[in-house]
Amino acid sequence: MKIEVDHHAGLPGVFARENGKVRINAGTLHYRELNNMVKGAAAEGLEEIELENVFGQRYIGSGIRRPVRITVHGVPGNDLGAFMDGPRITVDRNAQDGVGNTMNSGTIVVHGRAGDIVAMGMRGGKIFIRDGVGYRAAIHMKEYRKHVPVLVIGGETQDFLGEYMAGGLVLVLGLGKKGKPKLAARHIGTGMHGGLIFLRGEVEEHQLGKEAAVERASEADLEMIRPHVEEYTNYFGGKADEILGSGFIKLYAKSHRPFGGLYAY
Amino acid sequence: MKSYILPQYLVERDDYRCIRCEVCARQCAFDVHWYDEEEDAVFADESKCVGCLRCVTLCPTNALVVRHNPTQIPPNANWTGEVLRNIYRQAETGGVLLTGMGCDKGYPIYWDRIVLDASQVTNPSIDPLREPMELRTYLGAKPDVVKVGRKGGKPSLETRLTPQLRLETPIMFSAISYGAISYNACESLARAATEMGTYYNTGEGGLHRNLYKYGDHTICQVASGRFGVHADYLEVAAALEIKIGQGAKPGIGGHLPGEKVSAEISRTRMIPKGTDAISPAPHHDIYSIEDLAQLIYALKEATHWEKPVSVKIAAVHNSAAIASGIVRAGADIVALDGIRGGTGAAPTMIRDNVGIPIELALAAVDTRLREEGIRNRASVVVAGGIRNSSDVIKAIALGADAVYIGTAALVAMGCHVCQKCYTGKCNWGIATQDPYLSKRLNPDVGTRRLVNLLTGWSHEIMEMLGGMGINAIESLRGNRLRLRGVGLTQEELDILGIKHAGA
Ligand code: SF4
Ligand code: SF4
Repeated sequence: MKIEVDHHAGLPGVFARENGKVRINAGTLHYRELNNMVKGAAAEGLEEIELENVFGQRYIGSGIRRPVRITVHGVPGNDLGAFMDGPRITVDRNAQDGVGNTMNSGTIVVHGRAGDIVAMGMRGGKIFIRDGVGYRAAIHMKEYRKHVPVLVIGGETQDFLGEYMAGGLVLVLGLGKKGKPKLAARHIGTGMHGGLIFLRGEVEEHQLGKEAAVERASEADLEMIRPHVEEYTNYFGGKADEILGSGFIKLYAKSHRPFGGLYAY
Repeated sequence: MKSYILPQYLVERDDYRCIRCEVCARQCAFDVHWYDEEEDAVFADESKCVGCLRCVTLCPTNALVVRHNPTQIPPNANWTGEVLRNIYRQAETGGVLLTGMGCDKGYPIYWDRIVLDASQVTNPSIDPLREPMELRTYLGAKPDVVKVGRKGGKPSLETRLTPQLRLETPIMFSAISYGAISYNACESLARAATEMGTYYNTGEGGLHRNLYKYGDHTICQVASGRFGVHADYLEVAAALEIKIGQGAKPGIGGHLPGEKVSAEISRTRMIPKGTDAISPAPHHDIYSIEDLAQLIYALKEATHWEKPVSVKIAAVHNSAAIASGIVRAGADIVALDGIRGGTGAAPTMIRDNVGIPIELALAAVDTRLREEGIRNRASVVVAGGIRNSSDVIKAIALGADAVYIGTAALVAMGCHVCQKCYTGKCNWGIATQDPYLSKRLNPDVGTRRLVNLLTGWSHEIMEMLGGMGINAIESLRGNRLRLRGVGLTQEELDILGIKHAGA
């Protein structure tokens, strides 16, 4: 996709503010300046923050603990929503690496693809990526009581999906391909000791880490993931029933103590 | 399978002194002692003894002696008793050898081959009991230039400083996680750090809710497992530390076995009860110095640039170059942990064979940062085998801003360095989550013992500073001219950047 600089957007900075809403022209602002403005707006109690012309500014949404809505027009930089606790971020294009790194709560919706380590160490909240993602998605994702993070990937993923995964829910829908999708990723669920991964289509034994077990998703499983698929189709279109009806497999940890017998006591 | 491992210790009981009080039987979590009613005698199964000396210390009549088992295989410099024991253990289990605390091999301890200077005749020494003596230390990046202006007739600092940690004595408590040690041990460290105006470090196990009130004296760690890392945790900390490595196990991650993940640990680490808590070897968002910079700034951004960020690495061969990268990546503090650094659990072979002594790493790092003109951009904190105040002062003269102590702090609380922390059965109530054992460490007593230790060391440091005619620790920092080596090779002296005694 060609990204064009909007020369008419004027100087970077705040350029509009109306009833509970602010628009900020990110342009060439350093991420620190941009995030200061965003944090400032959130602290003021503004509920909707629109960022125009975003050009790779990092850490957007980080350090904000209110349920503000942030819309990113453009491509945000790495670590979008890192350590995030509450905001809801929508990106209208692709995102880069580290989306939702160690995120605690909130929602991130990406209308495009995302890079590597999406949802690394994520402990709560939801992330929806319309297309595919890079390597090591959901690595070391974990859950704790009512905090169960959810990552929904519309397209494909690369190697090491769900490595060290200790909790949470990952859906890989494999959309956009005709027939049954066949994921090319290897080392899926290596070191997995918790959580669930649902993949549409098939994987072969050699693609899985030795700590991951696989079985066909049951009716109950499909009902469990249905709301997340529906949320995905609400954002990006498509038919949840069609997706759900086209064959999912479930990956889970063989043990929550993968290294139990390793040592000589 | 019959075990071929000989008891490592002998337990000798003086039957005449023994009053059959059964204290030893109750105190030993390894079940060494038992009382036999029929015979009215106390017996010991020596094969289980780990040499922690809890029974010896608590026996009211001094009836017990625990000593090394003198029965050894024929003397052999290669096939020592320890080598054979390890082989038998592995032949019997097929497992990786595990151990606790720091490397116990006889690598040179350079602190013991370095001596300090003192004033004689010229430049008179100072008596810290009568004259002011400053140990206060600030950790964090220092500006290249300082501009002082005037405000209302008074001098005022115009340069805006980045966040600093203020230490009343240049000694902090090393990262030890809740999980590796008991809640009572954590509380003791937190309270002692608060009382002494210094800091303790949560390690990678998160921070128990009850200890949030000591946040102003807490360094919160962010390690590869990101356990218990959430907004409140980041916010309550005085500083954040990215743990890349640890001296006891450079290059590898860690596993807190599921059986130690109790309800409280699970709440603090925010993982389900009973699951293995696995810290991957690397941070998977850090594969380069640029990635490290990204996490450093992510943490700064998440905490509104209000806290210094430290990066802790194990001392390895190219620490100097790595430290330079860390400083350039924006860290405010570089923490180095040497090969003698402790741990709750590490594979024995790694603990004993990977990494380098902290003295050499410190000298190399300080020299490199000076040569590159970036020494002011970060403070250097060293850890890994600091045993007393003279180690502290030598470290500071070699170039450290402050030290971390871990093992010494645990010893102050009662640890006898039996190296069995990984079993979770610490009889001293330190490296355990068993409530029956952990209540042996009363946090009031633990706090007092730690405060006493730091107080004693601080006085000794002042005495040594005074002896050198220096009245502020700042004036000794990196002043290697006040150090001399004894019995070191030219190469060692060159690396340490010090002269030989007599020169
Ligand atoms: S603690 Fe001492 S006196 Fe008491 S039973 Fe044991 S050996 Fe005897
Ligand atoms: S903490 Fe406890 S188990 Fe560990 S070395 Fe010290 S006394 Fe032994």
